[in-house]
Amino acid sequence: MNLDFTPEEQAFRDEVRAFIAENHPKHLEGMGNREDMSSEDMTAWHKILGKKGWSAPAWPVEYGGTGWTPTQRYIWSEENARVGTFMPLPFGVSMVGPVIYTFGNDEQKAKHLPGILSGDVWWCQGYSEPGAGSDLASLKTTAVRATDSEGDHYIINGQKTWTTLAQHADWGFFLCRTDPDAAKPQEGISFILIDMKSPGVEVKPIKLLDGGYEVNETWLTDVRVPVENLVGAENQGWTYAKFLLAHERSGIAGVARSKRGVEKLREIAANETIDGDPLIDDFDFARKVSQLEIDLTALEITELRTLANEQAGKGPGPESSILKIKGTEIQQRLTELTLEAVGNYGTPYYGSIAKDTGSNEYPIGPDYAAHSASTYFNMRKTSIYGGSNEIQRNIISKMILGL
Amino acid sequence: MDFNFTEEQDMVRDGLSRMVREQYDWETRRKAIESEAGWSPEIWSQLAELGILGMPFSEDVGGFGGGAMDAMVVMEEFGKGLVIEPFVPTVVCAGGFLKHGGSDAQKQEHISAIIGGERVFAFAYAEPKGRYNYADLQTTAKKDGGGYTLNGHKAVVIGAPWASHLIVTARTSGERRDQDGVSVFIVEKATDGVVTRDYETVDGRRASEVYFENVSIPSDALIGEEGAALPLIEQVADEAIAAQCAEACGAMKVAHSMTVEYSRQRKQFGVPIGSFQVLQHRMVDMYTAYETSLSLTYLATLKLDAPERERKRHVSAAKVGVGQAARLIGQEAVQIHGGNGVTDEYAIGHYFKRLTIFESEFGNVDHHMKRHISLA
Repeated sequence: MNLDFTPEEQAFRDEVRAFIAENHPKHLEGMGNREDMSSEDMTAWHKILGKKGWSAPAWPVEYGGTGWTPTQRYIWSEENARVGTFMPLPFGVSMVGPVIYTFGNDEQKAKHLPGILSGDVWWCQGYSEPGAGSDLASLKTTAVRATDSEGDHYIINGQKTWTTLAQHADWGFFLCRTDPDAAKPQEGISFILIDMKSPGVEVKPIKLLDGGYEVNETWLTDVRVPVENLVGAENQGWTYAKFLLAHERSGIAGVARSKRGVEKLREIAANETIDGDPLIDDFDFARKVSQLEIDLTALEITELRTLANEQAGKGPGPESSILKIKGTEIQQRLTELTLEAVGNYGTPYYGSIAKDTGSNEYPIGPDYAAHSASTYFNMRKTSIYGGSNEIQRNIISKMILGL
Repeated sequence: MDFNFTEEQDMVRDGLSRMVREQYDWETRRKAIESEAGWSPEIWSQLAELGILGMPFSEDVGGFGGGAMDAMVVMEEFGKGLVIEPFVPTVVCAGGFLKHGGSDAQKQEHISAIIGGERVFAFAYAEPKGRYNYADLQTTAKKDGGGYTLNGHKAVVIGAPWASHLIVTARTSGERRDQDGVSVFIVEKATDGVVTRDYETVDGRRASEVYFENVSIPSDALIGEEGAALPLIEQVADEAIAAQCAEACGAMKVAHSMTVEYSRQRKQFGVPIGSFQVLQHRMVDMYTAYETSLSLTYLATLKLDAPERERKRHVSAAKVGVGQAARLIGQEAVQIHGGNGVTDEYAIGHYFKRLTIFESEFGNVDHHMKRHISLA
């Protein structure tokens, strides 16, 4: 056992660090999750990486992956976190892309993979419904097959919700019920790609706790979709959905970003004072920071062990649920402690201040305090999305403990 | 990066796992604990024959050229079977002092006897008022002619009733808690003036209160430099912590799987209690705590030879994380076993007891949290 980096890995780190320094747009450094980013800002880095061939490192090389080892991918995320780049959104690269290259046909691969890699096509995910959250298999959106003079197609009707950033999306991947009479609810579901500009698709924004509009309701009314947009076999969509979720979970831990977050938290706590002394020297607070850091170290090594397993040919399995649970708990604690650290200046609503001043410069309180509350509110989503942390526990209980 | 074990390590793990399963079954263990000696010298001889006691020593002193990673593999297997024999005091602690600070003569005198299983050590560092501070010493060693005179009281010296030799920390100069003035000695237990009061520990081992009453020891009993031993003590203690974290991981793994198995068998309301989600999620949290503990233990073990500050920080991180997991898993395992969990008959309670005592050995969670903070 040896966790040191080889000289080749060090050289790789130097190479990607140099690339990021030369190519990442300066005005986007550290923007992270800020809700005041434009859609252009959110895809800028993705498009640069697409040109370089680095937008989907985990993909097989034949489909446009980089062929990097898990260690190189780990170095890559560390180097991005150092600068605070806004990484490619997961919906194309981490979610629908792997489903298409694994289960899709050649036409679908040729049509969709290039746009996912380049960042030119924005994807969204149509899974959840108002009545189907954790019980996703109970979804009711229907796709009924029909034939007319224009060929075979599905007519899709239903309502999806929590469709993240669908307001910018060109395409969406949807779970729809194609066999209402299947013996089990999981058996009658299909995985269908929908052009978001199709007539009958309507996206309504949902305002969230942080004041932003990150998610939407997506209404589908008699949406006509060519049957060529079915991925894999009809009624096998649940299998693909589970595959996708396991892929999503393994990248969801966000270790590198949280490590940078802890560094920032220490900087904030060194700047804030309590009874005249730096907050970071306050034992109660320092203890919480150390606990967070220890838990993060444990998660980091656990993720590396999982990656090593993956490299040995064992794909992302149920252990990735551990990464999702611990990773999101840590991300949330980080935002909690940041909000605690800024004290009184967590209170002002910077969304309204920005509107008043018409600028992103906040005249009230220290810079690092802006967004600390809204980020805390926003990050409550992490233990809910991607299969809530309770669902992850169900998965571990069933798949690992055998209960 | 490489998380693989060497072929030798895999072989040792397999061999030990078989030995613990076949020759250290619950009844055998109980008999050894309840015997007059309180341990199994036969098992100790077998460990020597298998080469286990020589694993972490280099070849030039008769060892097998392994290191901390090998000790980790051994301790994980010992933890699974709640092996009580004094591998940590003898091989990790005494072995560590000799390797890092011993003179050639001391190495020659003691290491091959350790490897052969003929010489058992105990590490007398704690004092009644010293808690986890290795410099908080009231035991003194005064220069006296060609040697030293030892006076003082060492507390809860694990394995001392089985030991022929003690590693003793004592103050040779300065005031209580001064960083300087701390020294380490090898003391034969049979020396005049060494008085012991032996007793059983709650986790099935034996320990002693050790009193030194004007004990004369020769000058070559000193390990390393007089008055400058604190960094050496901290290093060896860190090695012991990493080894015990591995032991705790082994014990947690078994405690967890016993609990999952019990929840499958035990029926209430007409169904196995393992079908209740409220228990499933708690067992998942135990599993997660075990996995993350293993990660922290790997890292701490790999960092034992890192620069001092880095080593201490990672060892403390492990002791905090594994200590917290030990408490969670021990308590939850007993709770899910219900009334059976608090009986002496069921094995699970004994895992709980060992994990509880592990928490405080070489510093508890609070102590190591403070050390982690101080090194931020």
